[in-house]
Amino acid sequence: MTIDHPVALAPADRAVRLLGGDLTEKALRLHLEGLAGVDAVGLEQRAAGLATRSIKTSSKAWALDTIIRTCDLTTLEGADTPGKVRSLVAKAVTPDASDPTTPRVAAVCVYGDMVPYAVEALGALHGDPDAGLVSVAAVATAFPSGRASLDIKLADTREAVAAGADEIDMVIDRGAFLSGRYGLVFDQIVAVKEACRRPDGSYAHLKVILETGELVTYDNVRRASWLAILAGADFIKTSTGKVSPAATLPVTLLMLEVIRDWHRLTGEKVGMKPAGGIRASKDAVRYLVTVAETVGEEWLTPHLWRFGASSLVNDVLLQRQKLRTGHYSGPDYVTVD
Amino acid sequence: MSRLTVPKTYKLAIGGAFPRSESGRTYVVTTPKGEFLANASLASRKDARDAVVAARAAQAKWAGATAYNRGQVLYRIAELLEGRRAQFVDEISRSEGVSAAAAGAQVDATIDLWVWYAGWADKYAQVVGNGNPVAGPYFNLSVPDPTGVVAAIAPQEREGVSLLGLAAVVAPIVLTGNTVVVVANEDAPLSAISLAEVLATSDVPGGVVNVLTGSPAELAPWLASHADVNALDLAGAGVLASGSWVDLQLAAAETLKRVLPPVSGAPVPSLDRITAFVETKTVWHTKAML
Repeated sequence: MTIDHPVALAPADRAVRLLGGDLTEKALRLHLEGLAGVDAVGLEQRAAGLATRSIKTSSKAWALDTIIRTCDLTTLEGADTPGKVRSLVAKAVTPDASDPTTPRVAAVCVYGDMVPYAVEALGALHGDPDAGLVSVAAVATAFPSGRASLDIKLADTREAVAAGADEIDMVIDRGAFLSGRYGLVFDQIVAVKEACRRPDGSYAHLKVILETGELVTYDNVRRASWLAILAGADFIKTSTGKVSPAATLPVTLLMLEVIRDWHRLTGEKVGMKPAGGIRASKDAVRYLVTVAETVGEEWLTPHLWRFGASSLVNDVLLQRQKLRTGHYSGPDYVTVD
Repeated sequence: MSRLTVPKTYKLAIGGAFPRSESGRTYVVTTPKGEFLANASLASRKDARDAVVAARAAQAKWAGATAYNRGQVLYRIAELLEGRRAQFVDEISRSEGVSAAAAGAQVDATIDLWVWYAGWADKYAQVVGNGNPVAGPYFNLSVPDPTGVVAAIAPQEREGVSLLGLAAVVAPIVLTGNTVVVVANEDAPLSAISLAEVLATSDVPGGVVNVLTGSPAELAPWLASHADVNALDLAGAGVLASGSWVDLQLAAAETLKRVLPPVSGAPVPSLDRITAFVETKTVWHTKAML
């Protein structure tokens, strides 16, 4: 069985299938702590090796367009206003006004209370990125710290979904994860997934943010990735962008390996979203190489791969302008926000 | 006891660092008689791109320094040049094939030129700025503002300009708060890189002066068409294939750059070279209510 679009699976369904009907904390712990340790040196060397590929002009043009098509254009500031969200949406719809062939980004990513403004600003262009439209992603569950009671996290999620968010970016409870309470983290993800259910029975895509910068070790990242996938994540995401280090190539490679293993085991495709700290096209292309070499090129679609970034798109647009005009462009030729 | 000489590696100067060309290319620098002097880096268009990025990054802070401070920094360059006089005389006399006396005269002229321009740093605004007369209770002021990132082709003659020409191009550009990407004299680039080493050990922030060695014919078109370069000084572009500096001017016009045309020899120090790369900003301001 191959499921192309990893949605509409009932929460915890995967864990029940893998670990059996008697889903206890002990079963979960046995599975997660039975995972093989990560060879950190090998992982970093592999990532460094993937970062040295030489990309020729035609491939570069394709890569730049793919970066834009799979980008979640993001604004997650305390100073966000409806006007800022509207200008972000305008950029998402028309990234480069000087070149109408520029593809649209996959989604705009905003705080939950900004979802209605994003939906309103998108209007008829709100929809599936596969159809050339733009989705709305909302961060929820007391982003970025995740330090709130479950009720508040669920209310946060339901409100964003009701306002029209197509995708929910939730954060896991890192404190609980690091103190070994895997069951609590699992239950919260399952509950949030359930809160993503719309009245018609479909689910908003759930992206689970592991905040790898706070998980400290690669072994923890691998365990958290498994935990999130078992609990029903449609996407696993590296970081909130508020903690340093955010996304790194080795961590992304590691998470992609978990996704690959899950695909081999079950045939299901889980998405991946590195976020935070990716500012240059050159770095973004390295991520694309890593995806193609780890899980395969078919992952490079908006339903399985996203960049979470705010300034990356501008750098990509500068590179596109260079390819199109033959001369170097400058920051005066792209929008500030 | 005999010992091996330790020849110097001449590299580029970009953003306060001294990298080799990203292309890995070098070219042989010789005396006018053809004797080997050194291998210099042959800068590529990507080095030029990196230099513009470094210049852009450094520009706001350099322009934000006080005019007095910029003058002091420029004056200190002259002091350091004086201290390394022997090295420059040696490099110039070998690479230009001139006598030590002629090379010494060029170094002296260069030092005097830095001092002359350093003095202008906190004075040119009084000459070209103005407090405009108004019919109301407010001020109206016109002040010169630096243009931004300037790309320059240093004078390319074989004799008499390898250090003086570069300084005469760079000093008036940077003293007002611009940053510069300069292509050094192609045949005699050694003293330009040594000058960059002087700048790196003086108080000039990294990225304010970026020196590329290599072919102006190869680099100039990329700099002229670069959308993040605000102005172009074609001082040394007259030696390029006939009339090609006009093409550079055309390319520069695409992005509305200011352009100074080629000159022969080292540009004569003048206030005009300072004001060529500033823009006049006119603002009004309320009078204090005291």
